[in-house]
Order: sequence, then C-alpha cells, then structure tokens
Amino acid sequence: MTLNCKHVWAQVSDYIDGSVSPEMKADIERHLAHCRYCSAVLDSTRNILVLVGDQRTFEVPVGFGDRLHGRLQAMMDSPDSGG
Amino acid sequence: MVRSAAEKDAKQSALAAETAARESETIARILAGERELFHELIRPYEHGLYVAAFSIVQHEADAEDVAQEAVIKAYKALKNFRGDARFSTWLMAITLNEARSRWRQNKGDQLDSLNECDESAGDYTPSVLADWRYIPSGELERKELRQALQEAMAKLSPEQREVLILRDVRGMSISETAAATGVNEGLVKVRLFRARISMQKLLAPQLAPKQRGFMGWLTRKAGGQ
Repeated sequence: MTLNCKHVWAQVSDYIDGSVSPEMKADIERHLAHCRYCSAVLDSTRNILVLVGDQRTFEVPVGFGDRLHGRLQAMMDSPDSGG
Repeated sequence: MVRSAAEKDAKQSALAAETAARESETIARILAGERELFHELIRPYEHGLYVAAFSIVQHEADAEDVAQEAVIKAYKALKNFRGDARFSTWLMAITLNEARSRWRQNKGDQLDSLNECDESAGDYTPSVLADWRYIPSGELERKELRQALQEAMAKLSPEQREVLILRDVRGMSISETAAATGVNEGLVKVRLFRARISMQKLLAPQLAPKQRGFMGWLTRKAGGQ
C-alpha cells in the first residue's frame, strides 16, 4: 500500500513502539526513504520522547525521599499502622 | 552489537520475572513481620510515583503529599496484593487514584472526573519540518530546555500526561499502563498517540526555530497527497 504523509503521522506512535504489523512497517519505511518531512516528524518525536523520559527533566524536590521515608516510618511506628 | 527486538524483549521479560520473584519474596517477609523492608521495596519507584502524581495535580507540594499518602495506603493494603499485576503497577495505580482524587478536590466542581474531559477535542497533526537536528540528552543541563519540556507537558490533558509519564518516562508497557490507569489498551494507545504528537507539535518548532518557515507549505503538501 502506498501511504501518504497523513497515514504515516497516524502510525508514528505505534511505529515508535514497534507495534505496527510487518506490512505496515515496510510501507512506512518505504515512505520514509523518500519523504524527508515525515522522517523529520519521526526523528523529532523520538528525540523529544527521549528528552521527556530522562530523569533530569522531572526532578523530585530536594529532600523528597527523606520526607517520604520519614512519614512512612512514623506511620509504621504508630500503634494503628495496620501493617 | 545490535540486538534484535525479540532478544531485547526476552531479556526484559527475564529481568521483569526476576524482579517480580524478588519482590514477592520481600512482600512475604514484610507480611511475616520484617516491615522495615517496605522501605527497600518502594525505593526504586519513588521518583516515578512523584512524577506520576505531579503529572496529574501539577503542583509540587500536592504531588509530594499524594506520593506519601499512596505509599502509606500501599503499606496498609499490602496483605491484599495478590501478585496478578507487578508490584510497581499496583503501587502506581494506588498513586494515580490518590492523585485523581486530589485533583478533583482542587478543581472543586469545575470537572467531576478526569475521564469526562472531551477526548476527541484537539488537532493531532504534527509540526512538519524539513529536517531535524538531534538534541542530545546532555542538553538537559540547560534549564530552558527542561522548562520547555515541562511547559509542553502541562498543556496536555491530564489523561494524556498520565499515559506519557507511565509509558515514556517510567517505561511501562501498554498493558501495564492500561492496568495502572484502569482503561483498556486501545484507549491507552489513543491517548499516547495524542500526547506524543502534541508534544512534538508544541516543541519541535521551538527547538528547531530555523525550520519553522517550512510548515505552512508542507502542511498543504501533506494534505494534498
């Protein structure tokens, strides 16, 4: 099947996840081989997701872990902890 | 060496099974009285719980409080954990429920349920560029880049943020994301597609400013093919 750009955009997310069928994957890759614009859409989406997924993007507040375990311990030490 | 997707999947499955077995043994010991081990059980997931809570409540202090409440609820309910899902998925589901509940409280009567948002609204067309210059992760040392990513994320709907965080930040599978969010896999995929395209649309022009001029022409070109 010959895909146009809109068909490819609709599959970008599944393609990134590797969840498109082998036929669809081949069709997408045929389109990407000659369409620099869809290649840029795919590359930019993948790149942005790598940046989003990096631990530095969403840092926890300073002292978060200590406060979390402190509160947990206080609950465990209380008579009605239920644990 | 380039590994095949099947080899990677097999390795991931083996690691997941190993983690599940280790956690199952730890849970049994906690329930038998070694309750201090609960600290170690949750430690690998702390960061993810905070980020997932923040993805919904969008407020640092509330997200921290939600993560703490969720961990306490999980501790108290540990005897009910049956091992049908992974411990991390179960813990995440508790955190998301707690975050949604806090979000509703904060929103008051503006919106009764996260799932009542209009999911069909919005334009899910990517930003079309002539090419893309790869941005290495090292660039995240720049505060402006982190801020741009966080601001783009804040513009997504809470449901889209939720799946993006679970799948692309926490690396959960589609089925685990569905289990943690309480929706079916089809809806997870739809929300994920919309979240990813929206992030690309919001960020690509900003991160590749020189390429912006191509957009109008290309959108027309793509539509006409």
